[in-house]
Amino acid sequence: MSAQERVFNETLLSVENISLSFGAVKAISDVSFDIKKGEIRAIIGPNGAGKTSMLNCINGFYHPQLGQMVYKGAVRKQMKPHETAANGVARTFQNVALFRGMTTLDNIMTGRNLKINKWKTWLLAAAIFVGPTRDEERVHRAFVEEIIKFLEIEAIRKTPVGRLPYGLQKRVELGRALAAEPELLLLDEPMAGMNLEEKQDMCRFILDVNDEFGTTIALIEHDMGVVMDISDRVVVLDHGSKIADGTPDEVKKNQDVIDAYLGVPH
Amino acid sequence: MFYREAGQLKSSYAGDEAIFPIVQDRWAMAVLLLFVFGVLPFIGTEYFYQAILIPVMVYSVAAIGLNLLTGYCGQLSLGTGAFMAVGAVACFKLATAFPEMNLIIVFVLSGLVAAGTGLLFGIPSLRIKGFYLAVATLAAQFFLSWLFNKVTWFQNYAPSGTITMPPREVFGFVITGAHASAEARFVFCAIVVTILALAAKNIVRGPIGRSWMAIRDQDIAAELIGYRPFQTKLMAFSVSSFYVGFAGAMAFALWLGSVETAEAFDINQSFQILFMIIIGGLGSILGSFLGAAFIVLMPIILTNVFVGIFDMQAVTAKHIEFIVFGGLIIFFLIVEPQGMARLWQLTKEKLRSWPFPY
Repeated sequence: MSAQERVFNETLLSVENISLSFGAVKAISDVSFDIKKGEIRAIIGPNGAGKTSMLNCINGFYHPQLGQMVYKGAVRKQMKPHETAANGVARTFQNVALFRGMTTLDNIMTGRNLKINKWKTWLLAAAIFVGPTRDEERVHRAFVEEIIKFLEIEAIRKTPVGRLPYGLQKRVELGRALAAEPELLLLDEPMAGMNLEEKQDMCRFILDVNDEFGTTIALIEHDMGVVMDISDRVVVLDHGSKIADGTPDEVKKNQDVIDAYLGVPH
Repeated sequence: MFYREAGQLKSSYAGDEAIFPIVQDRWAMAVLLLFVFGVLPFIGTEYFYQAILIPVMVYSVAAIGLNLLTGYCGQLSLGTGAFMAVGAVACFKLATAFPEMNLIIVFVLSGLVAAGTGLLFGIPSLRIKGFYLAVATLAAQFFLSWLFNKVTWFQNYAPSGTITMPPREVFGFVITGAHASAEARFVFCAIVVTILALAAKNIVRGPIGRSWMAIRDQDIAAELIGYRPFQTKLMAFSVSSFYVGFAGAMAFALWLGSVETAEAFDINQSFQILFMIIIGGLGSILGSFLGAAFIVLMPIILTNVFVGIFDMQAVTAKHIEFIVFGGLIIFFLIVEPQGMARLWQLTKEKLRSWPFPY
């Protein structure tokens, strides 16, 4: 994939000199990078490098002490998580965070929550159900069925997600994020703990999402083979600082990156 | 053999999303409703309505209310008794202050007053969770009990401290007060319960129900995908309190007729209703009914068995009843921790393949 270099011009999100610390622990120090519209951007680094913290900052879950984010051409104010969600950012989680008591279908339907017309489904209409609420539900059900078809999970539509194997749960979680029709999709280790076959499936879905819907994707992943294959550009973090940024080939050759991963003799 | 869904294919989302997607269930429900409205009002005795049917219905509404909050939205509450008291007192004040007002409107307004109170006491839920929230709702229980006892305005300055429902009619039938027939009160209860249960089912299967369950299962993830935790929880608190308040108004006006607020709706009520939803099944409307029926009926059945069959003294029977009742609760929770609704669901799954399970 990386063989044919794709060119992206428009910047969707630029992270400028972000620093985040918890008390005396510096999680991220002075990191800057940008995410172009339509690309697959990987964030890699050894354990504890600050990758997930970085996603949490983009998400609005953590608020960095220094630096700013420019999203869609405007400096972003401090936002609550549900506000960033309303602004087109969706994500999946490192340790699957599905709603375990609900079915696959309901889980993906929750991803539509910002698209559902609040007036057609307000309390009294919802209590009566027949009429506006039912019509609204149908519209979104049809959309969700498209996602279910796309991810090939038709058979587990009505299964509570708590009973599903791990690989499928990850897939449902991707479905929930896609249901929000995000502009920027953040994937936190989408392939952790999967076998080869499941990884191949997941890669295919990620590439298809990027290709068919034009969704910009930022992903954290530890499988270097996958990262180098599917991403357009890679940013490498180590101990909270950025040590490299570029195409997979550039990053692979970077001495700092090699040192960070393999260690350096002292 | 009889309970098969093979061949019942759905070709529209409407069919797939129906409350009872299986034909047999729809028939069972129709028969049940027919029985409740067509047969029960003609065969019961005064005792049967007053001691069994009406309490089961009143507690079903209260249990649905608490289940919406605890079972669906995951917010533990021990203030149920107090919100029932709010409903009862509001019903009393409205009925006596506006004698011309239609009783249905009185009930709805009582529910709304309780909803407002629930909203107020739901505010701490933004910051505290689980058992700590339960303790915070205990404050509601004790504060409101004290308030209704202390401020005699709530009892219309009655020296006895009790509130008594004046006689009122709906569509020409007297359904409250001393002269209301048990049948009329039962039918009114049954209609109200049917409507409220249907509304609750509709709410939980739609977007609002999903938002509650999302907050219950993963509050952080729910917030990250766009739900607003505070609004969602407050909505759950107010809808839940509406149901509980409505149940309180029903208990006062249709069942007991005259109550001493602080006595009738004390902390024990809160626990009873919590037991109902735990035994019936958290996160299930059917479970609310089963739990209410279990808790109301079991003591009556046990008393009848001990006094009637074993010829015990009433006092001894009462003591043994406590022991057996406690034992039964433990037994149920060990056999099926997810409640009677889950047991029913498993039975249905078994029935589907019976008598050839393989």
